[in-house]
Amino acid sequence: MKFDIPATTNPIDRLKVVGKATDRIDGPLKTTGRAPYAYERHDVAPGAAYGYVLGSAIAKGRITGMDLSAAKAAPGVLAIVTAENAGKLTKGNFNTANLLGGPEIEHYHQAIALVVAETFEQARAASSLIRVDYARGKGRFDLEAEMASATLPKEGFGGAAESKVGNFDGAFASAPVQLDARYTTPDHSHAMMEPHASTAKWEGDQLLLWTSNQMINWGKGDVARTLGLPKEKVRLMSPYVGGGFGGKLFVRTDAILAALGAKAAGRPVKVSLQRPLIANNTTHRPATIQRIRIGTTSDGKITAIGHESWSGDLPGGGPETAVSQTRLLYAGENRLTAMRLAVLDLPEGNAMRAPGEAPGMMALEIAMDEMAEKLGMDPVAFRALNDTQVDPEAANRPFSQRQLIQCMRIGADKFGWARRAKAPGAVREGRWLIGMGMAAAFRNNLNGRSGARVRLDGKGVVTVETDMTDIGTGTYTIIAQTAAEMMGVPLETVVVRLGDSSFPASAGSGGQWGANSSTAGVYAACAMLRDKVTAALGFNSADVVFEDGKVRAGNRSVALADAAKGGELVAEDYMDYGDLAKKYQQSTFGAHFVEVAVDAATAEVRVRRMLAVCAAGRILNPKSARSQVIGAMTMGVGSALMEELAVDKRFGFFVNHDLAGYEVPVHADIPHQEVIFLDETDPTTSPMKAKGVGELGLCGVGAAVANAIHNACGVRVRDYPVTLDKLLPGMPAFA
Amino acid sequence: MDSPSDIGVSRRGLLTSGAGFAAVTALPASASNKEPVAPMETPPALPVQLKVNGKPAELTVDTRTTLLDALREHLHLTGTKKGCDHGQCGACTVMVNGRRINSCLSLAVMHEGDSVTTIEGLGTPEDLHPMQAAFVKHDGYQCGYCTPGQICSAVAVLDEIKAGIPSHVAADVAASPAFSEMEIRERMSGNICRCGAYSNIVEAIREAAGRRQA
Repeated sequence: MKFDIPATTNPIDRLKVVGKATDRIDGPLKTTGRAPYAYERHDVAPGAAYGYVLGSAIAKGRITGMDLSAAKAAPGVLAIVTAENAGKLTKGNFNTANLLGGPEIEHYHQAIALVVAETFEQARAASSLIRVDYARGKGRFDLEAEMASATLPKEGFGGAAESKVGNFDGAFASAPVQLDARYTTPDHSHAMMEPHASTAKWEGDQLLLWTSNQMINWGKGDVARTLGLPKEKVRLMSPYVGGGFGGKLFVRTDAILAALGAKAAGRPVKVSLQRPLIANNTTHRPATIQRIRIGTTSDGKITAIGHESWSGDLPGGGPETAVSQTRLLYAGENRLTAMRLAVLDLPEGNAMRAPGEAPGMMALEIAMDEMAEKLGMDPVAFRALNDTQVDPEAANRPFSQRQLIQCMRIGADKFGWARRAKAPGAVREGRWLIGMGMAAAFRNNLNGRSGARVRLDGKGVVTVETDMTDIGTGTYTIIAQTAAEMMGVPLETVVVRLGDSSFPASAGSGGQWGANSSTAGVYAACAMLRDKVTAALGFNSADVVFEDGKVRAGNRSVALADAAKGGELVAEDYMDYGDLAKKYQQSTFGAHFVEVAVDAATAEVRVRRMLAVCAAGRILNPKSARSQVIGAMTMGVGSALMEELAVDKRFGFFVNHDLAGYEVPVHADIPHQEVIFLDETDPTTSPMKAKGVGELGLCGVGAAVANAIHNACGVRVRDYPVTLDKLLPGMPAFA
Repeated sequence: MDSPSDIGVSRRGLLTSGAGFAAVTALPASASNKEPVAPMETPPALPVQLKVNGKPAELTVDTRTTLLDALREHLHLTGTKKGCDHGQCGACTVMVNGRRINSCLSLAVMHEGDSVTTIEGLGTPEDLHPMQAAFVKHDGYQCGYCTPGQICSAVAVLDEIKAGIPSHVAADVAASPAFSEMEIRERMSGNICRCGAYSNIVEAIREAAGRRQA
C-alpha cells in the first residue's frame, strides 16, 4: 500500500480497540515464566550442547599462539571454535569489528574461542584451560587525547556531519548574552537483562537460529553474509527479546558462534554471552565531548546556536550524532553544528536508545538552563520564546505537528513549577536541599517499510505474521489492536506471531520507529484482507463496514468467518512511504520535569518526583506507551546520576563490566512517575497517525535531573554522571 | 597514568613491560609459559532430591551446577532467568523453604530435601497468582526477562514484612515493619529492571498486598 498523501478518515479512527489502555496480550506468558527466550528452547532444540565464550585479554594486537590441547581433552568437550578452524567469515554489514577475533585483535573481550561441551559447567571449566599468547599492540583509548586527531566523519544515519546556516561566528561574537560551555557524557552500556543469547540447529544445510535480536531482517542478512550462506538457508526466530535498547540491533558473536559450534559439534548448540563479557564484547553508546555556544539578544531571542561534538570509534565506525537535535529544536538565524570522529581502539561504539539525541540533549538542555539563568528568565519561558514551527534550516518545511510549548506549559502546571525557587539553594527541608529542573524532550519520528501477512480462518480468527519484534515495547498488543480494529473483531480473536524471518520483513525495533511502522504494515495487509473478504462474501459496495465480527453493507450483514468457509483467506502487504517525511519534519516532542533532594552534608541526590508530558501522535496503547516513557525516564536518571563505563586508558577496556560495577537505577532510586500524553494525531506519518515514544521519553531527562540538582544546591556539573565527588567541592557551607 | 612505570608492581603492569609490543600469556595465571596444563578430571556427580513447586524432583548433578541451572537446564523450568549468574541482578530469584534467594549463588547439591518455589509454581497463564495478575494489570514489566524474579521477590517481600523482618529503611529495627512504598522499594532493590518498570511494579505490589494508594 502506498502512503504518499496525508491520511484521511479510516477504520482505525473508530478507536474501538486502538487507543484504549490495554493489558499486554503476552502478559500472562511473561508473568508466569512461560514465554521462551532464545536460550530456553528445550522444546525445539532438545539436547543442545553448551557453548562458552572466551574473550580476548588484550585490547589490540595479535594472538601469537593458542594451545587448545588441554581444553580439548577436558571432560565433556565436543568442539572448540576459533578463527583458525572456523573457515572464512565475512564481517557483517552492520558490524564494525569482527565477531570472532584472531589472530588480529580489535578490542578487549573480542571473542576468540567458543568451547562446546555436554554441560555448561564443562564448557566453562574447559575454557579456562585454553592458553593464549598475545603480542600486545599500541592502542588509542583516550577520547580527550585523541580530540586533535579527530576528523570529519562521512555522512551517516544522523545526517551530515556539519551544518551551517547564516553567519554563526559573527552572530555569536556580537550577541549581547553568550554561553560557551563544554559538556561530557561517558560511555554507556545497554545492560539489558537478558544477555545476548542464541540457540543454533542445523537441518542439513539450513540454519535455524533462535536468537535475541531486535532486527530480524538485518540479522538474517548478516548471519548469511558472515557465514557465507545464501539468505534462504538462514532462519532467525526471536519471539521474545529480554531487552535490547539498541544492543541487539545487530548480529553479535553469540549467534555466529552458536552456528559454528553447532556445525562443529554436529548437534544443536546454545550460547549466552557471560555477563562480564557483555560491556566489552558488544556495542556501547560512545562517550562525547561537546561544545555548545548560544548567543541571544538581551531579551532572550537566540541569534546564534552552535553545537559541536567529538566522539570515538574503531576504524570504520561512526560518530555519536549528539548534535542532531540542535539543527531542529530551537529557532535562531545563525546556526552551526559539527561532529568529529576520533579513532579509538575501545570496543565498538554503536546505537543505544535515542542514539545522538540522548547524549546531545543531556548537554544542550543544560546549556539552555544556563542560558535562561544568565538571562534571568524562567527556563520554560526561554524555551517557549525560541520555539519554531518550521525547520530552522528551511523555513518552507513545517513540522507536521509541534506541541513543544503545550507540553512545557501543561507540565509546568501539573508539576507545580511555579513553586520553583528562582535562586539555587533556596529551598531546604531538614537536611535536604530541594530543587526542580526541566528540559525539553525531542526525537525525530522515523518510518520504515514494514510488511505483514494476515490470515482469516473459518472460525473468524485473525492471525498476523510479521518478523517484527517485541523487545518489551508492547508490539504484540498494538499489532493485535490494529488487526482487531481493521477487521472489526475483538482483541481475543486475534493471534499475533512475531520475530520469525519466514514471516514478511518488518521495520524491526529501533529508533522508536517500530510502533508506527509495524502497525502501518499490518494496516496495509488488513486493508487487502478486507478487500478479499468483501469479494468472497459477494459485497460490491465501497462502504462495507467491519464490526462486531460481522461484515455489513446497507441492510445486509454476514459473519466475517463466513468469508473463509471455503478456505483460509490470506493477504500480505507492506506500507510503502512517499515523500511526506521530506515535505514535513516529523518529530516527537515533550517536556520533562524533575524534583530532587540533595543532602546538604553528603551531596547524595534523591529523585523525588518526575513528570513527562509527550506529544507523539496517536498513542496506540496508552498503557504500554506510558511504560515505555517511564522506563526511558528511569534510564535517564541512570545517565544523570550513575551510569558510566570507566575506561582503563592504559589497557583499553571498560573496567566495570558487570551489573555490580556498572550501576543502573534500582527500585530505591526511582519515585512514582507521571506521564501525560497530549491528544494528537499526525496524518502525515501513516494511516495509524502515530509516532514513537520509546526514545522521546529518554531525551532530556538527564539534563532535567542535572538542572534540578543545580536548582537545589547551586552546583552546575557539566560532566556526567553527576556524582557526589563532583558536587561536594561546590556545595554550600553546611550549617 | 600514561606510562606503565606509574602502575607499580602488578601482574598487569609487569605484562606491559613498557614497550609498544610485548608478549603476553593469558591463563592459567599460575602456569609458567611452557608448562603443560594438567589434565582436568571429571568432577563427581551427586544425587539430590528437591521438592519443586510441590512435586518431588530427583536429580544427579555435577557438583558445580547451580540451583539456577538445575532448574533451567535439568528440570526445564526456564521461567527462572539467568541475567548475570553473579548475584547482581535478581532475575534468578526463587523461594527456598519460603525465603527468597538468588538461585545462581547457590549450588544445587546444597538443597537436599529443600522445597523450592519458582515462578511456574505460583500460577499459570490460565490461573494467575494475584501478584502475577497485578503485574499484568499495572504493566509492571516490559521485556519480561526480570519479571519472574521480580514477582518471586515481591511475593517473598510481603511475607518478610508480615514476619517482622526489618530492612535498611526501618527507623526502628525492633518495631514491626509496616507496609510502605519505601519499604517495598528498598526490599525490591536487588531485582534490577533495565526496562525501568519500577513505578508500575510498586503499584502492582501495593495492589497485591491489598493496599490502596496512600
